[in-house]
Amino acid sequence: MDLLSNLATGFGIALSPYTLMLAVFGCFIGTIIGALPGLGPSNGVAILIPLTFSLGLDATSALVLMTAVYYGAMYGGRISSILLNIPGDEPALMTTLDGYPMAKAGRAGDALIISGFASFTGAFLSTVGLMLLAPLLARIAFQFGPAEYFALYILAFATLGGIASNNQAKAAIASCIGLGIAMIGVDNNSGMPRLTFGNMHLFDGIDFLVAIVGLFAITEVFSFIESHGKNTSIGITLDKLKVPWRDIWNTRWVQLRGSLVGFIAGILPGAGASLGSFLAYMSEKSIAGEKGGFGTGVAKGVAAPEAGNNAAAGGALVPMLTLGVPGSGTTAVLLALLMTLNITPGPTLFTDRPEVVWGLIASLLIANFVLLAMNVPMVKVFVRVLSVPAWVLLPGVTMISFVGIYSLSGSYFDLLLMVAFGVLGWVLRKLDVPTVPIILGILLGGHMEDSLRRAMVLSDGDWTYLFSSKIAIGLWAVAIAGFVAPLFLRKFLKKPQAVSD
Amino acid sequence: MVSDRIFGAVVAVVALAYIASANQIQTSFLADPVGPKMFPMMIGAGAFIAGIFVILRPDGDPDWPVLSTIGALLIAVVVLVAYAYALKPFGFILPTAVASAILSYQIFPKIGQAVLVGAGLSIGLFMLFKFALGLGLVAFPSALFG
Repeated sequence: MDLLSNLATGFGIALSPYTLMLAVFGCFIGTIIGALPGLGPSNGVAILIPLTFSLGLDATSALVLMTAVYYGAMYGGRISSILLNIPGDEPALMTTLDGYPMAKAGRAGDALIISGFASFTGAFLSTVGLMLLAPLLARIAFQFGPAEYFALYILAFATLGGIASNNQAKAAIASCIGLGIAMIGVDNNSGMPRLTFGNMHLFDGIDFLVAIVGLFAITEVFSFIESHGKNTSIGITLDKLKVPWRDIWNTRWVQLRGSLVGFIAGILPGAGASLGSFLAYMSEKSIAGEKGGFGTGVAKGVAAPEAGNNAAAGGALVPMLTLGVPGSGTTAVLLALLMTLNITPGPTLFTDRPEVVWGLIASLLIANFVLLAMNVPMVKVFVRVLSVPAWVLLPGVTMISFVGIYSLSGSYFDLLLMVAFGVLGWVLRKLDVPTVPIILGILLGGHMEDSLRRAMVLSDGDWTYLFSSKIAIGLWAVAIAGFVAPLFLRKFLKKPQAVSD
Repeated sequence: MVSDRIFGAVVAVVALAYIASANQIQTSFLADPVGPKMFPMMIGAGAFIAGIFVILRPDGDPDWPVLSTIGALLIAVVVLVAYAYALKPFGFILPTAVASAILSYQIFPKIGQAVLVGAGLSIGLFMLFKFALGLGLVAFPSALFG
């Protein structure tokens, strides 16, 4: 009954009025962030991290607030997908396929409510899964030595490059950019500066928050200037709101299967929520067959991706908390948060700081109910948010990013770096180079090198040590398969494009 | 095609430069078997190989924006760089109002709206940061208001 007593500890923390208030506040902000086109979970959370620090929250409170924002953004992403045909974030792309046709057919309210319920099912089940699976995985993770960790990092980059992007070579370049940036600064082992080119500002290395906010938020501003805000057409208005119980009941198996598929996809390091919603949608589409009418605006078509997407969000927390390897772009941002809070994720987190882990899990369970309440009866409030025009939103986001990064160090150099990352992000986006591997590289580069060097110290320079245990060999095998297999599967697994008007 | 080939070539050249500068890293007497040079050089090698791959097997060209849009983007970059330099000496409100008005105009070119956005955002965000979040922002240059 370890689990129950742990949960009791967790709820003890989560139900304190202050933490509860943070969770509700986080859910609210998160749903808004998710709903706003151009602000997804990753850049939303990234912008808020520096501001969270200035509030002076302790580790548990900061974590509760930000994961509530994270879950909220996952819920909110569907709102603009359905009403505007613009995914609020990448995983919500699949929701546009049936959500927008449904809205055009006058069933916008139904689509929002069905997808809200599906989000709840996915997020709730995956939080339960996280609760059951994470302690087990943490126990296995105790057997991980430096060789296994090195293989695990390789696995994360390989699956991210192989599964979640269109071109392996470009994903590999992105990973190398991130890893290369992580090397800048004073070397931990020898105490010698590396690749700083004598610039004093670079001796501490490049703060990952600067890179994240630059690559996500500032890049978005450039993209909007490029498109002149054309993507912000006024979509479909919502008048009556009635809960379509029958559709929700009819999609129950779709929601459950979607949750399972999404959860598994989320656990894979590097694969993440986009893969979760994609696989959930595609598998339901093939189960339903031609008669299912997927893509024409059916309830199952909005329930499946939303269940998958939110389940993946919970699943992605499993490797992040137990191994310190994030499963998606946003969990990479959450990992950045943990690292700035001086919490080292990994198996020891569960034994040393149980209050953080279980407080977080309990808050997520509570946040789910709060989000269900916000996203079903109160969804009209968030629909209003969509009418904020891009020419107010984007300058606002830019200024908040600047102030957030400025409050970290008070140096103009970080601001310049952030703009540079924004430009880099825009060019890379044009060239279809994914930016999430860059973030992952910056976050994990130091750990990856450390584990390699420690492995070599242990083996006295014998490289075969990297493949000396069963776990390590297994991880290498999955890594290679994850990188190579999509080359052959690409023909069958083509991402459907968004429907056009 | 061309874009990707150029991109691959740039990556390959930068990777070589990266390897070269990694080779210059000083090793200390406290050396471990791998040392501080090895991992950066491995990264450089990985990027070089991937860059060559992109040169050999490029994807189709993206839709690059027209010249005037590139000009608008350059202006945005200049504004943001100037904003980064101006934030400390000129205080929060003035640079923020100017920068956000310009950005707003670039997204939707109407002067009246842009001015309103600039004024509203600078004052609104200042209130939010200063009073709700308690950040130590300076509103105006200290030279003006002592």
